[in-house]
Amino acid sequence: MNNDLLFDFNVDKAAKTVYITREFNAAQSLVWDAFTKAELLDQWGAPAPMRAKTKYMNFEVGGRRFYAMISPDGQERWSVQEFTSITPKTNFKMYNAFSDKDENRELPGSDWDYNFSEQNGITKVDIVIYNESFERLEKLLEGFKIGFTMTLKNLEELLATLS
Amino acid sequence: MKQDIFQAIADPTRRAILTLLAIQALTPNVMAEKFDMTRQAVSKHIKVLYECELIKPEQSGREIYYHFNAKKMQEFDHWLAQFRQNWETQFNQLDHLLTTIKKQK
Repeated sequence: MNNDLLFDFNVDKAAKTVYITREFNAAQSLVWDAFTKAELLDQWGAPAPMRAKTKYMNFEVGGRRFYAMISPDGQERWSVQEFTSITPKTNFKMYNAFSDKDENRELPGSDWDYNFSEQNGITKVDIVIYNESFERLEKLLEGFKIGFTMTLKNLEELLATLS
Repeated sequence: MKQDIFQAIADPTRRAILTLLAIQALTPNVMAEKFDMTRQAVSKHIKVLYECELIKPEQSGREIYYHFNAKKMQEFDHWLAQFRQNWETQFNQLDHLLTTIKKQK
């Protein structure tokens, strides 16, 4: 992909906070849609060969997205995202927690803060994740594990089928 | 109860203890002296650090020396590296998607 696009990933262990910054070669309104519309989120929101499936999404303050990450062997890991603040095209905040398939949440979860800004046709997304504990972070990763064993080649093939 | 490594590291005194132990193994008494704390206070910190395996005790004669367990810290960093990798993978997928959508327009 475009290697000129910024990707920053920093962890402040003491503050239990993860900072992620990424630039995208697209207009802010399109990137905003990719992060806030279920049909687009499901196309990129899980690292291949995992896939994301949104059961429903109410993108409004107090609304929820209920979705699963599904592994190739069909295992589902459900999560509930509750939107706590929305400033269209610029910022949204949510509270993310794992749940069972009936939407019963396992608390505590983590706080997510997304910021969007555009300059010269490049959109920058800043994500701040505050985790109550490392164990939450560990759980966040559990669902992804299969993804790591994929070779880069397999991954590229999968990505090619997406485009 | 198993201690959480994030909670363990979040405390400034415990981070200071780890920094010191990374240089040399120490007995609880020496730690108490260095940090000007009661032996009791030190014991509490040791307990937390020990339970999440960030330090290891080693008996030497009548004394117990605590060592920094670098492996555990690496494990933690390894988790974070994987977390970063996931995001990288997803963002690359999003790059593809954005390109596709732009072409369709």
